[in-house]
Amino acid sequence: MSEHSATENHRPNYLLIFGALFVLTLIEIGIALTGIAASAQVVILLALAFTKALLVALYYMHLKFEGPIIRIIAAVPVLLVLIVILIPIFDVWIFG
Amino acid sequence: MNPMPGVGTMKFAMWLFLASEALFFAALISAYVLLRLTSPSWPDVSELLNVPLVALNTSLLLISSVTMVYGFASIEDGKQSRLRLYLIATAVIGTVFVSIQAVEWAQLIGEGVTASNSVFGSTFYVLTGFHGLHVLIGILFLVLTIFRSYRGRYSQAEHGGVELMGLYWHFVDIVWIFLFTIIYLI
Repeated sequence: MSEHSATENHRPNYLLIFGALFVLTLIEIGIALTGIAASAQVVILLALAFTKALLVALYYMHLKFEGPIIRIIAAVPVLLVLIVILIPIFDVWIFG
Repeated sequence: MNPMPGVGTMKFAMWLFLASEALFFAALISAYVLLRLTSPSWPDVSELLNVPLVALNTSLLLISSVTMVYGFASIEDGKQSRLRLYLIATAVIGTVFVSIQAVEWAQLIGEGVTASNSVFGSTFYVLTGFHGLHVLIGILFLVLTIFRSYRGRYSQAEHGGVELMGLYWHFVDIVWIFLFTIIYLI
C-alpha cells in the first residue's frame, strides 16, 4: 500500500491548514454569538463547517492527491449524506 | 488479485468503511434535525451547554489531527521515534477530548438533562455518545499502532497501518466538526 502513498511527492503545510481550521472555528463562534438572522446564521455556519471538513479531507486525509477511485468513493457518500439530512428539512418545510 | 489497480486493498476497504460510517452519522443527524424542527420546545443550548469548553475541546481534536498527520509524515520519512512521539501525542489529546466530554455529560446530568426526560437530551447523548465511542475506538487502535511501531512493524517502505489509522482519526474529526456546528452553534 505504501508504495502508492498519496503524499509521496506532495506534502502540504499541515500547520497552515490547522491555522485555517482554527481561524474558521473562531469565526464560527463569532457568528454564533452575533445577532444576525437565524436562517442566515445556519447557512453561514454550515458553509464554514463544510469548508473545514473539506480542508481535513483534502489535506489531512490526502484526498487532494488521491486517484479517481478513492475520490469517487469519498464523493458518493457526501451526496447521500446531503440527501438523508435534507429530506427531513424539506418534509417539515413542505408539510409543516 | 487486486480488483482496483493503483489503490491498496486495505486503503480501498477503509474508504468504503468510512463511507458507511458517514451514512450512519447522517442518519443520526437527520433524526436530530427532524426532532429539533418538530419539537414544540427546544432549550437554549448557549445557556444549557458549556460552549467555550466544547470550543476548546474542538480545537484539541483539530490539534490531534495535526499530530496524527505529522506522525504519518514522520514514518514516510523513516523516522520511527518521531512517529511514536506523534502517535502518543494523538492518543493523549484524544483521551483529554473524551475526558472533557465526560465532564460535560456529568454537568448536564447534574442539571437534570437525561436521555429519557427530553427530546433534546436523547438526541444530544446519542449523537455525542456515538462520536465519543468512535474516539475511544480510535484511541484503542492508536495504542495498538504505537505498540506495533515499538515492535518495528512500520518503516519508510511499509506504513500502511499508520495511513489507515490516520484516515479513521481524521474522519472522526470531520464528524465532530459537523456535530459541534449543529448541536452547539446552531
